Amino acid sequence: MQFPFLSVIVFTPLAAALIILVYKPEWKKAIRWTALAAGLFALMLSAWVYISYDKSAAGYQFVEKYDWMPMLGISLHFGVDGMSAPLVLLTGVVMVTGVMISWGVEDRPREFFAFLFILASGVFGVFASLDLFMLFFFYEIAVFPMYLLIAIWGWIKTREYAAMKLTLYLFVGSVISLIGALVMYFTSGQHTFNMLALETAKFTPEFQKTWFLPVFLGFAILGGIFPFHNWSPDGHVAAPTAVSMFHAGVLMKLGAFAALRVGIMLLPEGAKFWAPLIMGLALVNIVYGAFIASVQTDFKYVIGFSSVSHMGLVAMGFATLNADGMIGAGVQMFSHGVMTALFFAVVGMVYDRAHTRDIPKLGGMIKPLPLAGIGLIVGSLVSMGMPGFSGFVAEFPIFRGIWSTHLWWMAIVGAISIVVTAAYVLRVVLKVFFGKMPEEFEHHIPPINWLDKTALILLMAFMIGIGLFPALMVPWVESGVQHILALLGGA
Amino acid sequence: MIVLLPILPEILLLALGVLILILDPFLKKDEARRPFLGWFTAVGLLAALTVSLLLARPADDPAFAFGGMVRFDWLGFVFKMFFLFAAAVTALFFMDEEKLNRRAEAYLLLVAAALGMCLMASAADLVMLYLAIETTSIPLYILAGFLRQDDKSTEAGFKYLLFGALTSAVLLYGFSLIYGLTGKTGLYELGVYFNNFNLIAMGITFLVLAGLAFKVSLFPFHFWAPDVYEGAPTPVAGFLSTVSKAAGFAVLARLFAVVFVWVSDDWSLILAILATLTMTVGNLIALAQKNIKRLLAYSSIAHAGYALVGVVAFYGLGLPSVVFYLIAYVLTNLLAFGIVAVVGRVTGSDEFPAYYGLSRRSAGLGLAALVAFLSLSGMPPFAGFVAKVFVFVAAVESGWVWLAIVGVLNSIVGLYYYLNVLKYMYLYRMENQDEDQHPVPVSRPVAVALIVLVAGILLLGTLFGPWFGLATYAAAALF
Repeated sequence: MQFPFLSVIVFTPLAAALIILVYKPEWKKAIRWTALAAGLFALMLSAWVYISYDKSAAGYQFVEKYDWMPMLGISLHFGVDGMSAPLVLLTGVVMVTGVMISWGVEDRPREFFAFLFILASGVFGVFASLDLFMLFFFYEIAVFPMYLLIAIWGWIKTREYAAMKLTLYLFVGSVISLIGALVMYFTSGQHTFNMLALETAKFTPEFQKTWFLPVFLGFAILGGIFPFHNWSPDGHVAAPTAVSMFHAGVLMKLGAFAALRVGIMLLPEGAKFWAPLIMGLALVNIVYGAFIASVQTDFKYVIGFSSVSHMGLVAMGFATLNADGMIGAGVQMFSHGVMTALFFAVVGMVYDRAHTRDIPKLGGMIKPLPLAGIGLIVGSLVSMGMPGFSGFVAEFPIFRGIWSTHLWWMAIVGAISIVVTAAYVLRVVLKVFFGKMPEEFEHHIPPINWLDKTALILLMAFMIGIGLFPALMVPWVESGVQHILALLGGA
Repeated sequence: MIVLLPILPEILLLALGVLILILDPFLKKDEARRPFLGWFTAVGLLAALTVSLLLARPADDPAFAFGGMVRFDWLGFVFKMFFLFAAAVTALFFMDEEKLNRRAEAYLLLVAAALGMCLMASAADLVMLYLAIETTSIPLYILAGFLRQDDKSTEAGFKYLLFGALTSAVLLYGFSLIYGLTGKTGLYELGVYFNNFNLIAMGITFLVLAGLAFKVSLFPFHFWAPDVYEGAPTPVAGFLSTVSKAAGFAVLARLFAVVFVWVSDDWSLILAILATLTMTVGNLIALAQKNIKRLLAYSSIAHAGYALVGVVAFYGLGLPSVVFYLIAYVLTNLLAFGIVAVVGRVTGSDEFPAYYGLSRRSAGLGLAALVAFLSLSGMPPFAGFVAKVFVFVAAVESGWVWLAIVGVLNSIVGLYYYLNVLKYMYLYRMENQDEDQHPVPVSRPVAVALIVLVAGILLLGTLFGPWFGLATYAAAALF
């Protein structure tokens, strides 16, 4: 029997969380090192899964299936395809860098890392699940620790409000999708939650048209889709650094991914019917998010709204329902994940030292924090889609995909957002890292430690690596997209 | 001997009660050895459970015993085993309550109530059923008012008694009408008289339903719950809100399966409306509560509503999901009340401010509370999640999609106030931020009980397959 890579990946963080909970609260060092070791272990395995995924064979690989509840057709069924393999890798990367960035958490680190890792297990579980029931199971596991992480360790001014808002939004979304999924389960007549079987269930077009929208939007709430994006910037801002990284970097992908897996792949006719609406909503996301981001003065809100804008591109790419758009969206999920994790890491570093995120009050940070500055510049280049960086590899195909639909004008409108994005990210880089350093900060900004540096370099390496060598990611996503297109009837 | 097997758990309970009484005078002199009573009760209940599990398992084919008074089937058996387990846990909680733990009467009443519930779960005759309900209720009235020096407790006991007596009378009136009409008292002979709608059937159903709705606190018979839970000693409130409710549902399920067939076949809309109102009223009023016991009271009303959703769905996955839901709910709510009991003992208050900074005062208790409240709100990997999902699965299966949607919307309201409680525990601080100076010690019996409950909730929430299989098996034995 093959080594059960995926279940080990999914349950490693959970096991680590349980081990950490057994420690005494005072053993802060042991807690951190255990967390880092578990993170590295999961990252290594997920990297291995990614590298050894056979793109030419495509399809679901590393499949494991254990009967969990045969009565209702529930099984613990893991497997990755070209779409989810990069996301599993992304989760590993964000997990490790998140631990590195949170090294300085002093308030109840035991609970902090335990909750963070329970969340990570949930995220891995969703990306790897091929069983609809288990997908929900892991999805909820990924949602509730968020509440505690934000409410306890978040920014004191808004954390209670933001945490509750986020949790309720996401819970509403997931339960609406859940009802949709249950209806699918009974309508299919196969009495199985196995998504591979449900893919071939041949639901009637009317059924698909009725249920696509609730299912897709229910998940897409977590992907930050307009008009249900409101929780996301507030949540990002209130969350502690590592949680923002997880949240924007991975969790929002969870929503987009589940919307794709359950919405588009299981209800393709519904997807075709509603695609124009989704594209319209996504367009609002892209443009509106970019404009709002450009008028924010809080460093973290800028990044928060930029996430809304970029996740709009993902939804847009999916909704084109053609190869280009989907490939772009797949790469964008990964690229935006590392980019935004990097952004939030840098924001966290600056805030921890300057104790303010108000952009007009900051300046000249490049001198004490050179690597953070370089990181922010690289991230900015990615976010404006500069060739040579992963953002280009993602955004260019998305726009090409939009261009080849009958809503081609959306590509033009959407492209405006790129200009706006360039404007606001460059403004932030200029003001925060260059410009004149306010006097009160002179000699009061300690340098970042080696862990922070390692995290930044790791994240940058992915963005530049994929930018320069798209072949490191595109073929994976392409193999996944082929399967989705086949379900859509070769559209 | 074989004749007695169907009521072996009840016989063992009776023996246990007698032993408690015999033991009491021997321990009277020696204050230090009084806690022995609690351990004795808990271990005795578990021993009764083990022995019954080994010797008194029913056959696959249900059989009647004692002239049709009780039915020896898996539904009754599964419920009985959980009642014994829950009573054992409650006995451990009793040990921590100063005014209960030295009194043999308290343990005796607990055992007597458990005995009544066991009979409720397997009663197959109207006379037996009524006796069982009264055997359960009377010890519970006394237990609710056990703290005679405490006004709230006496009020709780008295209120519970008045409401209980009234609804018992209504129930009995319904039963007597059934007998007058049919001349029969065996539940399994009555179905033929109630298999289609007519006014008399409806009237009788409503009378009986009212009596049972009080037991399980369905809208509009839920008013007593918050006051009684608030006043009663906390472990008793926990027992009332879980086991007594589960016993009520066991009776309800049996009645709808074999007697009031007209409702379960065609008129489940009545129950669906009742479920909707119960969930909504419970959840909405819970939002405004400032006292944790009252909050849990309203939340337990809402949970009765969720369980009723499964009763509405009835056939197919409906009844198994109700059984599973009740098992999950009993474990979860016992855990919640156990935590409330500990905090109440240490701080002397059940208001929310008593919970500020709990996770810093006792990290273990904080984590247990996390498990309890997230399970109540229906989050995985805890029992509450699968239980809720199965109920909704059952609803969707039998075409009650709107009811499932009402249910999930309600669980969102629930999530809000459960998270608020967690917020007080994890986020808020004590007035002087000196949590280190105010630890919350947990005594050994309570710690054992809490750990067992947490483990049970996790077990039910992850390895749910076999448990649901058991629930299905039990429900199938009903017909």
